[in-house]
Amino acid sequence: MLKRTPLYDLHRAAGARMVDFGGWEMPLHYGSQLEEHHAVRGACGMFDVSHMRAIDVAGSQALDYLRRMLANDVGRLVPGRALYSCLLRPDGGVLDDLIAYRLAGAPAPEAPAYRLVVNAGTAQRDLEWLRQQGNDAVQLRLREDWALIAVQGPQARARIAQAQPALAAAVAGLGVFEAATVGAYFVARTGYTGEDGCEIGLPAQLAPDLWQALAAAGVPACGLGARDTLRLEAGMNLYGNDMDETVSPLVSGLAWTVDLKAPRDFIGRAALERQRLETDLPQLLGLKLLGRGVLRAHQAVRCAQGEGQVTSGGFAPTMQASIALARLPAGVQPGDPVRVDLRGRDEAALVCRPPFVRHGKVLV
Amino acid sequence: MKVPEELRYTASHEWVSTQGDGSVLVGITDFAQEALGDLVYIELPVPGKAYEAGQVIAVVESVKAASDIYAPVAGTVTAVNEALKDAPEALNQDAFAAWLFRLQPGTPAAADGLLDAQQYRAQIEAAQ
Repeated sequence: MLKRTPLYDLHRAAGARMVDFGGWEMPLHYGSQLEEHHAVRGACGMFDVSHMRAIDVAGSQALDYLRRMLANDVGRLVPGRALYSCLLRPDGGVLDDLIAYRLAGAPAPEAPAYRLVVNAGTAQRDLEWLRQQGNDAVQLRLREDWALIAVQGPQARARIAQAQPALAAAVAGLGVFEAATVGAYFVARTGYTGEDGCEIGLPAQLAPDLWQALAAAGVPACGLGARDTLRLEAGMNLYGNDMDETVSPLVSGLAWTVDLKAPRDFIGRAALERQRLETDLPQLLGLKLLGRGVLRAHQAVRCAQGEGQVTSGGFAPTMQASIALARLPAGVQPGDPVRVDLRGRDEAALVCRPPFVRHGKVLV
Repeated sequence: MKVPEELRYTASHEWVSTQGDGSVLVGITDFAQEALGDLVYIELPVPGKAYEAGQVIAVVESVKAASDIYAPVAGTVTAVNEALKDAPEALNQDAFAAWLFRLQPGTPAAADGLLDAQQYRAQIEAAQ
């Protein structure tokens, strides 16, 4: 039996095509994922991302604990700021990617100091690992009482303010990667689309009202299909495709999320420092197909330096072309021509440095 | 789910419309376009080429997957719907109006051996 979010009934009523995603019954689209993609880039769209899990971290040791668990350093976060990080195994393999928020306001003794938002499919494993590595001075709380709604696009913040005036001041004032708590709502200026917008955490029972208020304010519902094409154009990794526990951030285009500046002992650090010394590490880069067809995961890529593989691919609606992220041999440079095996046909593609699209503009 | 009564169908979700001159127009069904999702590329056959029944004759590619289209009967391609190449979304909008190619069957009335609307409807209902 698949899990359902608090917005399930509204998705069914809207005629969504539902699919199994990470054990959750989620909307793939509400008619056309291409239209939903264009809506986000051009104006605004909303996504039910309640399958993603928020984990609150409290306790006197919360900071030291997270500085040990995460590859990026939450120690440099001021209250109200967030960062993107990998959660690593001791061997450097990526267990998950997540956003970590340092919560604003003076924390009461039991109030959480930090919040992590992790992927649906890996949440159980993450929680077990986090618990196993914790101690009595750290309290972890999975927010099963919450829903998460992402509103994305150049008009997103204006529409949120229109739909829920209580959030108007917060959405106007938040900088990128900042977050605020407003009554029962948690509002973060983060997203997975390459556009402006916010992600809102809220009690499950308030979610249908907010969703319908946003719809009344003219925000179309968008599903996982559009979410994937938007994030791919934005050059953002998809856990399970572009990286997993068998690879490190260094070969997944995520070296920038690993903070080695401070002498901080985090899980996986030693493995990464060893790996950094290797001279022929593969690298994650972008591909743009030059002809007709669609790049897809696992397709073989032939480069002058050897063979690589597409990790995630698809059709990019804003670019009207197919793009991909691919793990390629060392030495391959953006601008290099490569060949990809597309269903038995040998097709030409160009190596690019992601992102492909940001704030509605095609960059490659 | 639309299943026009006057058409014939294959188990692989092609529809076939017999024309006055004995040729057939071929497309994919509403069931197929809905399963595929938004279409982004259509590869059509070359006019003049001959195909066996069941041979791959065209490809439609959606955001989700590429799908082979099979010749419903043996025949020669006499025309293709070029306009669809630049507007694959037309196929999602009305699958039964969007013919992909015209075939001149090797055997007259070969399409009569295909599934009728009732049989095709039963097949897709069983699948759901």
